[in-house]
Amino acid sequence: MEETPHRRRAHTRTRDLERYAGLFAERTGVMRSSAMRDLMAITARPEVISLAGGLPDTSTFPAGTFAAQMTRIAQESAAEALQYGPTEGFAETVDCIVEVMGAEGMLPDPDDVIVTTGGQQAIDLICKTLIDPGDVVICEAPTYPGAVPVFCSYQAETIQVDCDGDGMQIEQLEEVLARLDREGSRPKFVYSVPNFQNPAGVTLSLQRRQRLVELARERELLVVEDNPYGLLRFGGEALPPLYQLDGGDFVIYVSTFSKILSPGIRLGWAVAPPPVMEKIVLGKQASDLCTSTLTQYFVREYFAEGRWREYVDSLAEIYRGRRDTMVESLREHFPPQATWTEPQGGLFIWATLPEYIDTGDLLAKALREDVAFVPGQAAYVDQNRGRSSMRLNFSGVKDEEIREGVRRIGKTIAEQVELYGALTGGREEVGESPSEPGPAAKDPGSAAAAPSKETPDRGEDEPTEGPGGDVLPFRKESSA
Amino acid sequence: VKVAVLKGGRSLERGVSLRSGARVEDALERLGHEAVAIDAGGDLVKRLAAERPDVAFVAMHGLGGEDGTIQELLEILGIPFTGPGVAACGRCMDKVLAKHELRDAGVPTPDWFAFNETAFRELGAADALENLEERLGFPLVIKPSRGGSALGVKFAASWFEVPEALVSAFSYDSRVLLERFVEGRELAVSVLGTEPLPVVEAIPTGGDRYDFEARYEIGRTEFVCPASLGEADAAAVTAAALGAYDALGCSGFSRVDLILAKGGPQVLEVNAIPGLTDTSLLPQSAEAAGVSFEDLVERILELALKPAAA
Repeated sequence: MEETPHRRRAHTRTRDLERYAGLFAERTGVMRSSAMRDLMAITARPEVISLAGGLPDTSTFPAGTFAAQMTRIAQESAAEALQYGPTEGFAETVDCIVEVMGAEGMLPDPDDVIVTTGGQQAIDLICKTLIDPGDVVICEAPTYPGAVPVFCSYQAETIQVDCDGDGMQIEQLEEVLARLDREGSRPKFVYSVPNFQNPAGVTLSLQRRQRLVELARERELLVVEDNPYGLLRFGGEALPPLYQLDGGDFVIYVSTFSKILSPGIRLGWAVAPPPVMEKIVLGKQASDLCTSTLTQYFVREYFAEGRWREYVDSLAEIYRGRRDTMVESLREHFPPQATWTEPQGGLFIWATLPEYIDTGDLLAKALREDVAFVPGQAAYVDQNRGRSSMRLNFSGVKDEEIREGVRRIGKTIAEQVELYGALTGGREEVGESPSEPGPAAKDPGSAAAAPSKETPDRGEDEPTEGPGGDVLPFRKESSA
Repeated sequence: VKVAVLKGGRSLERGVSLRSGARVEDALERLGHEAVAIDAGGDLVKRLAAERPDVAFVAMHGLGGEDGTIQELLEILGIPFTGPGVAACGRCMDKVLAKHELRDAGVPTPDWFAFNETAFRELGAADALENLEERLGFPLVIKPSRGGSALGVKFAASWFEVPEALVSAFSYDSRVLLERFVEGRELAVSVLGTEPLPVVEAIPTGGDRYDFEARYEIGRTEFVCPASLGEADAAAVTAAALGAYDALGCSGFSRVDLILAKGGPQVLEVNAIPGLTDTSLLPQSAEAAGVSFEDLVERILELALKPAAA
């Protein structure tokens, strides 16, 4: 055995920070590192039941199919599959994308499509194309936690518009747009995850979809529609994507193969009007030249079999069962003051606790019980918001673990609720009375959603069908 | 010298500890020592028995590594180790215990009350909270007694914010303290052996002074070392820090955090095993004194192997 080379260069690292700090770009100043990040790092211990992930279940993907397809690629197209590819992606991959979008009623022009390294790169490239430091971006509150660092790294000024059970509150969006008008500022785009939103699990209603698209056309405002979960519907009626309603003039569409096939192949895409696409392609060239050729070949082979839709439906079926298990467990183990969404698709449930519970601190306590979730603040740019909410993943966890995980979290919450009761001597109003909350100001959205036993998502066997098909975790009226 | 670098563990500060440990390993290798990294888990004793190191470098923070647990184990195994001993670690880790020791030794520390969770759950301690206003006044800082970094530390501007802050603090420990908020400059004095290193000042940059997490974030706090202090202030701060270090029985190295208030310094806490990452205060302080990270590590090892040399 040869001796392994030295693990690290032996340069001196003393005063490293000072040495490099002067070289850092300004944008690194808004990239966060915090005690909370360290806390999340220990959720990776093997004994921890993690409801914190965002993982699809890849365990049922037929290994035989995978092996056969990769073998065929190796035998028939080794040289090409190991070579660079076009920046926009292969035409065959785009054909697969057009087929997937067709399944949701969309008919994009193949020339408007770019294959990206996951949907995450599509978001990054769109920001790279459109955002200068200080530009305004509007997104949902809560929003996809993975989008927050992207907006931050391009130094966007991010404004979040509250969601309720029907998704982004468009009336509030209109207020924000009117205010920006008065300030003479024009937002670069509105970012929305309209189906089974990550993290809230809610779906934008048809009426709101129509209004959003109208607004976009009236104001020549770009909307970025991020739709990784649309095909993972296991209840209710499918709603038309914004892209379809708009026809692709003002809607930039983002999606991915991650949730319908595999996140490991890192294949996503964006669809944008030609002038925008031209810039996105240049941006991608600078970033990584092209998306993995090998995994594009795999997708081509896989789609040629014609069974991709069957597999997606089988995943949705698995997730339906897990959603049911999680909702059942929440009813059993969470306190009556808690509310949660009951999504009809996707991967996540969003639960909101009494406002005196900080879910970041709750996570520290829960980790002692070997269970983890994502504290709500990860879904907000303002780190003082979302502090009594949490995101729970049901797609990547087996039923028994969902039950046990929710039981443990519920036990931890019950201890907090009991303690708070003892501290306030039953004078519940004490903790909620200050009209001017201090530095630990709470999210108005979650405050509105907090203790209310009347929310329609409890005690009903059948979820109430709203126009968006999802059950309301939030009060319908807009919060301040 | 064969050095076992103990890092990681299961505490909430595992992340910082892994970074401290990695940096110590680097330095040890550059110094020509044999470094064996051990992530402290279920096989720790087996690993130590197999490796038979000459000395253990404890680069662990938080419960398990900084509270005397690992140190007790190393004593039983007869392996010399860096940093403070069992009793000092135990005293530093428990802020309530530490504050009693400080007060008994005449070291200034902000007034406080401590409560156990059972007092609230079973003895109706909530009624005693009404005395807070009169006895401590507001604002108050509420902290878990045993916890590192800023996790669970909350600021209460009024009585109404106390219950919620207590729920947060009790998430980390069954005992919490409510401490009078002292306005002043935030300072840290690291002690190496018996020598105080230059004082570091933490200045929040445009942030909220009650945002305790900001203290630990690069870019949100500016660290100045040596802090710009008058002669009298510098002497008082150093004396308070050494007083605290001695009162808690520290040895090897430790870091004392204090506030320089109008009436003089007030010691907040002593970190038995402060962070050793590239953004940590002890290494910065050593550097300001002309001690490179390698020299610092070498000196800490010497103190562990020949305590008398201190």
